[in-house]
Amino acid sequence: MHELSIAEGIVSLAEEQARNRRAARIEEVELEIGCLAGVEPGALDFALESAVKGTLLAGARLVRRYIPGEGKCTDCEAVFPLRSLPAPCPACGSWWVAVTRGKELRVKSVVVSFEKETAPGTEQ
Amino acid sequence: MCGTCGCGAHHTHEHEHEHGHAHHPGADSVVIQVEQDILSRNNLLAERNRGYFEALGIFCLNLMSSPGSGKTTLLEATIRRLKEKKALYVIEGDQQTSNDADRVAALGVPVFQVNTGTGCHLDAAMVNHAVKHLGPAHGSVLFIENVGNLVCPALFDLGEAAKVVIVSTTEGDDKPLKYPHIFCEASVCVINKIDLQPYLDTDVATLRENALKANPALQVFEVSAAKGDGMEAWCDWISSPAS
Repeated sequence: MHELSIAEGIVSLAEEQARNRRAARIEEVELEIGCLAGVEPGALDFALESAVKGTLLAGARLVRRYIPGEGKCTDCEAVFPLRSLPAPCPACGSWWVAVTRGKELRVKSVVVSFEKETAPGTEQ
Repeated sequence: MCGTCGCGAHHTHEHEHEHGHAHHPGADSVVIQVEQDILSRNNLLAERNRGYFEALGIFCLNLMSSPGSGKTTLLEATIRRLKEKKALYVIEGDQQTSNDADRVAALGVPVFQVNTGTGCHLDAAMVNHAVKHLGPAHGSVLFIENVGNLVCPALFDLGEAAKVVIVSTTEGDDKPLKYPHIFCEASVCVINKIDLQPYLDTDVATLRENALKANPALQVFEVSAAKGDGMEAWCDWISSPAS
């Protein structure tokens, strides 16, 4: 269940951004998750459910962008889609395959919002 | 200031056009481009650990495997062979008990037990904390025995010089194909319990082949930690200056 650590990482990165801007709420978090990153989407959703409780992320929309895997053969340099690991190069059969895409685990963006100006004397 | 297009953070509408989905930010909301690795905090701390180890010439190994593959037995056998030649230190990671730390301490080696509770892996912060307690000497070898788990430890850099995955013949020869991530992350693979091969359907050559399919760059050692087979090559690799 390393997804719980991942979820806590998401919460801490997003809250840090919100605090830096003195934002009141986090409305949305956009995640990039590589399909070969070793993170189970269902388990991450489950972990996030509990990790966001009582944080600025409670109630925030979570946008997940899944990045398909891509490999490059280091023998023949063929580039091909990688659905799972390990997989040989479809062109030459070599197992020397470098993962070029699909291991991402990133917070891409955060949407934060602020309280309306309510300083004393400005209310009408 | 947005790192992607250089616009001011308050120009939220400019971001909306770039995304495949609508952010629907209200008038009082802002899109912040973060573009940060979720594990960045762990990775930064791991690099601090790594820098400390490098500065003191400490050779740090992160031992990872399923529960029961013989990590602690391998560690004990390695310690017996190396303790007269090298200063050795051990960080033990387990969910509960100090059983493994007690076994290592019985060999006269400084050991620090980390209990992760329900946690399924060690992280860089736990290692940082443990290292402060242990204070490993210049030129020593530091073994980190990770929590017995063939999945989660793969993702967490601890600052080690090498990740070592241990797989035993009793687990079957297709383990590297079933759990490829940890084999992909490791640079060394120890195949343990080779003495049991006659009693099992597992074929050590197939196990080795499968490990090399997951990661052709793996350096593979075949050992029986209990009986001593192959231990010399493994211990030579640890104590050789080239490592």
